[in-house]
Amino acid sequence: MKKRILSAVVAAGLAISGVANAAEYQIDKAGAHAFINFKIKHLGYSWLTGRFNDFDGDFSYDKANPNASKINVVISTASIDSNHAERDKHLKGKDFLNVKKFPKATFESTKYEQVSETEGKLTGILELHGVKRTITFPVEKIGEGKDPWGGYRVGFSGETSLKLKDFGIDYNLGPASTHVTLELHIEGIKK
Amino acid sequence: MLKNSNKSYGLVAILIHWLMAIAIFFMFGLGLYMVELTYYDPWYKGSLDLHKSIGMLLIAMWVLRLIWRQVNERPDELPGPKLEQAAARVGHFLLYALMLLILVSGYLISTADGKPISVFELINVSALPWSFDNQEDIVGEIHFWLAWALIGFVVVHIGAALKHQFINKDSGLSRILKVNKEN
Repeated sequence: MKKRILSAVVAAGLAISGVANAAEYQIDKAGAHAFINFKIKHLGYSWLTGRFNDFDGDFSYDKANPNASKINVVISTASIDSNHAERDKHLKGKDFLNVKKFPKATFESTKYEQVSETEGKLTGILELHGVKRTITFPVEKIGEGKDPWGGYRVGFSGETSLKLKDFGIDYNLGPASTHVTLELHIEGIKK
Repeated sequence: MLKNSNKSYGLVAILIHWLMAIAIFFMFGLGLYMVELTYYDPWYKGSLDLHKSIGMLLIAMWVLRLIWRQVNERPDELPGPKLEQAAARVGHFLLYALMLLILVSGYLISTADGKPISVFELINVSALPWSFDNQEDIVGEIHFWLAWALIGFVVVHIGAALKHQFINKDSGLSRILKVNKEN
């Protein structure tokens, strides 16, 4: 009898911890299966793209209860890379990101609404250049499943357009370049 | 005529000295000016290209100048107290060192992404095969402050030259202005 109770407790404990852990994912930063890219129009004639090389974060996601999903991302602003040292220096300076004063940009989700099997709407607070704003943007689930090395992964993409002025960045890049598009491609490994 | 004598400088040393002097003042002003230009200024790109091109030429000139200084006779030190002579030696060493450090730091800013520097679109100076994180920012700060330090020492240098010329009356200034007629 005692034994049975014990095993039931252990089983319940495992089940609970299993449920709690099932949905926790770490963004695969080490394997670089996550990207935060940006693009902005150059003079209105072409797209200039770049990325942030250093960021980290985690998220929770459960197929059975997608609306409980949460995500946190912290970006090191000094890691901006547009493949041009002088431009990067300018972007990191006071005219743009002011990375000395604002070394981190963060996103913390507050709500996730599933729209379809693979689509959802993510709402959260983005802090950039010291300015906090609530943004909502569509995300797409790309896929999930076991990886060949014994882990379990799920990946999402999302894209949003930010008005630079909303975040206190008002350097004049011309009328065609007032907004920047941020693209997130992330893959999480189940913790 | 071309070479130095023990009393005065020759044509080569005088030319290099004044070319670099003009270039350094120009570069200092240009540097401070160009970083304030906005994106839509017609000279936003050109000013930087010019600054980099002249900078690369200055490195070459700095090397030539040092070689010329080593292979050539040097005019005697100007008379004065031992301490002043020692200060002059340290001061000149610092001027050379600062010039080099500013030139090298400028090079390291522009080549931080591995791309070469185009010198008047004629030749490319390659980047080093390595770089470190945020090189353009860290070295950029160094470049800025070293430039101010150099200008500070240049002011002292000018003051010392004027003192020698007009107070000590030992031709401290004229020996870098008038070419010696000996040898």
